[in-house]
Amino acid sequence: MKTMVPNLKNIINHSPSIDKVGVEERCARFQSRSIKNESKWEGLKMVLSMIDLTTLEGKDTPGKVKQMCYKAHHLNDNMSDLPNVAAVCVYPSMVKLAKKELIGTNIKVASVSTAFPSGQAPLSVKLSDTKFAVDNGADEIDMVISRGEFLSGDYNFVHDEIATIKEACGHARLKVILETGELSTLDNVRLASDIAILAGADFIKTSTGKISPAATMPVTYTMLQAIRDHYVATGKMIGMKPAGGISNSKLALHYLVMVKETVGDEWLNNTYFRFGASSLANDVLMQIQKAKTGIYSSADYFSID
Amino acid sequence: MSKKTQDIWSYAPAPESSKVVQIKEKYDLYIDGKFVKPSSGKYFKSFNPADEKEICSIAYGNEKDVDLAVKAARKAYNTVWSKLSSAERGKYIFRIARMMQERSRELAVAESIDSGKTIRESRDIDIPLACNHFFYYAGWADKLEEAFPGRKPKSLGVAGQIIPWNFPLLMAAWKIAPALATGNTVVIKPAETTSLTMMILAEIIHEAGLPAGVFNVVSGYGDTGAAIVNHPDVNKIAFTGSTAVGKIIQKALAGTDKKLTLELGGKSANIVFDDAPIDQAVEGIVNGIFFNQGHVCCAGSRLFVQENIAEKVIEKLKFRMASLIVGDPLDKNTDIGAINSKEQFETIQKYLKIGKDEGSEMYQSPCKLPKKGNYMAPTLFMNVAQSNIIAQEEIFGPVLTIQTFRTIDEVIQKANNSPFGLAAGVWSDKGSKVFNVTSQLRAGVVWANTYNKFDPAAPFGGYKESGFGREGGLHGLIPYLKFD
Repeated sequence: MKTMVPNLKNIINHSPSIDKVGVEERCARFQSRSIKNESKWEGLKMVLSMIDLTTLEGKDTPGKVKQMCYKAHHLNDNMSDLPNVAAVCVYPSMVKLAKKELIGTNIKVASVSTAFPSGQAPLSVKLSDTKFAVDNGADEIDMVISRGEFLSGDYNFVHDEIATIKEACGHARLKVILETGELSTLDNVRLASDIAILAGADFIKTSTGKISPAATMPVTYTMLQAIRDHYVATGKMIGMKPAGGISNSKLALHYLVMVKETVGDEWLNNTYFRFGASSLANDVLMQIQKAKTGIYSSADYFSID
Repeated sequence: MSKKTQDIWSYAPAPESSKVVQIKEKYDLYIDGKFVKPSSGKYFKSFNPADEKEICSIAYGNEKDVDLAVKAARKAYNTVWSKLSSAERGKYIFRIARMMQERSRELAVAESIDSGKTIRESRDIDIPLACNHFFYYAGWADKLEEAFPGRKPKSLGVAGQIIPWNFPLLMAAWKIAPALATGNTVVIKPAETTSLTMMILAEIIHEAGLPAGVFNVVSGYGDTGAAIVNHPDVNKIAFTGSTAVGKIIQKALAGTDKKLTLELGGKSANIVFDDAPIDQAVEGIVNGIFFNQGHVCCAGSRLFVQENIAEKVIEKLKFRMASLIVGDPLDKNTDIGAINSKEQFETIQKYLKIGKDEGSEMYQSPCKLPKKGNYMAPTLFMNVAQSNIIAQEEIFGPVLTIQTFRTIDEVIQKANNSPFGLAAGVWSDKGSKVFNVTSQLRAGVVWANTYNKFDPAAPFGGYKESGFGREGGLHGLIPYLKFD
């Protein structure tokens, strides 16, 4: 195992086992870190800069997407010194519009694809879904893996599908959504992470947000360990995106603690770490205002797009 | 590893306020329900190992004070405590537990100031566990007949107890709670470097209204402890501390009818197999050896890792160690506090030198250390053999020796090949292997896929030079009882 060649056979046979109790204990330790004063303030700004502001609803309209894009680079115009969010995340049909709305900003446009959120479609459909988003200017593609095939043990299928989509992405970075809420065990989460990384994922991502539980600390921790092991073995850095379920600042800061202590400070930027969230930004803004002025405003003082 | 961009984001100081505890200038002995001055008039100073500042003065009890305390304990035993109904006895102990809980924040801060342990541990582990021991044994007080059916359990009389400096309040709780629950009275001595929480506990017990003489504290040095051990009217000695002192006590008690329990040193094996959940095992290695600065008798100080994964485990261990924060014990983010005393600090340094001289490879994590105080970086020794002194003797600090092994039989032999036998850890995903190995290890406590977990209901104690007798659980009642 010392010099294991990272190929699919080795990964399936040697993906490490995960002890859930131990993982939960470690995660509790992250949450016992006390983040105060300037580290809180710096951390909150970092959180803002790592958010993928997301709308993924059947009822999405151009109007909704436009308003969200405006929010992405005007988080709160009454506060100075705020970063933008990292990206907006939309359905493929909204990519062109979002791209246009964000001209002149450094905000990326991410698009879900591959028959999001279920992934239950033939490869040809998934490929054209992906190509459509890329052709419309998507900077990042958030694909879902085929959980059915994974759970039935067809790891080759899962691997090859990711590799094919990666090819279709061209220059767009590929985020691979494992939908960990459907994988049920941390052993599965680890194996799926290893397969996705091997198949060419630039990022691995916990969830679609459509399945509960979405992102949890134990799941994110397990995926970060896979990222770190890959880095040690190959020197290549893979990004991490927990999505869904992280809606308050305190929890987001503890995710940063986890990133710092599990993979290292090199991952503390939006090239390698993202939060997929829609309501997190406003809670962070509220906390930043509290840190600056000493008073909490009501939620009505923060725009809800 | 390539570039290291540490400290893009670091944690600001988050100190726990020390204002919650009012430390007095000096603390007296507690004998016969009264706080009294030592007969010699002597006090000794107690220092904060984190900044070497003086904290307070502690009464230095001598033979005369011990005699007074034992007499008071005997009188209380004869006239009150042994006459009281067991349910009433239980009520007192429950009361002590609740009052400790109410003052837990104060106790935690005092413990960290006095011993150098981190506030995270004193707050989350030492103090809650100490309270739980009182709760647990309070429950047994009126159920002794059910605990030992048909055996007619009876109390012994006066118990003399000597407490170590590594878990000052917790070890006191381990001894006081079962002694009182079984109907004995107590004369106890805290370690000279860490008397503070015992003094606060005496105040709590006083306030709880425990009858005078049932609980007595005589603080002091080794000679004070010797006076307790050698006092003719003590029925039972419970000692936790070094093997060397344990041997002296056992010799002193030979030929007397005093009962004895000894909880002594250890050099416990932590065994990691190649099918273990590796990242969690690494976490367990860290908890096993760096918990409480390694001042833990059951510390997993000998790591045995299967040879084919050794490189990987050591790489992960080094990376994990880099995120351990060494510093102010009162900071909520500190992982490793101050070494308890200058003396212990020097002992550890001596072992580091021995390890290097023996040819082992030393690694220390690249952490920042405060300029003042007894701090040291967590340390690994690699390429260690069974014959190395650092793999044989108890270092009692944040120092881990790493040995590799090839087969199950080999590691069982090596783990057992030690004069000690206090604890062990086994890491494997395979249940049958875990049961096979754990049942062959000669150690009092064996953890599987975890380490350093304690519970009042679980007995604790050692084999061989790690001592005898059990504390905790039903077993922990036995040393304080006699049977028909």
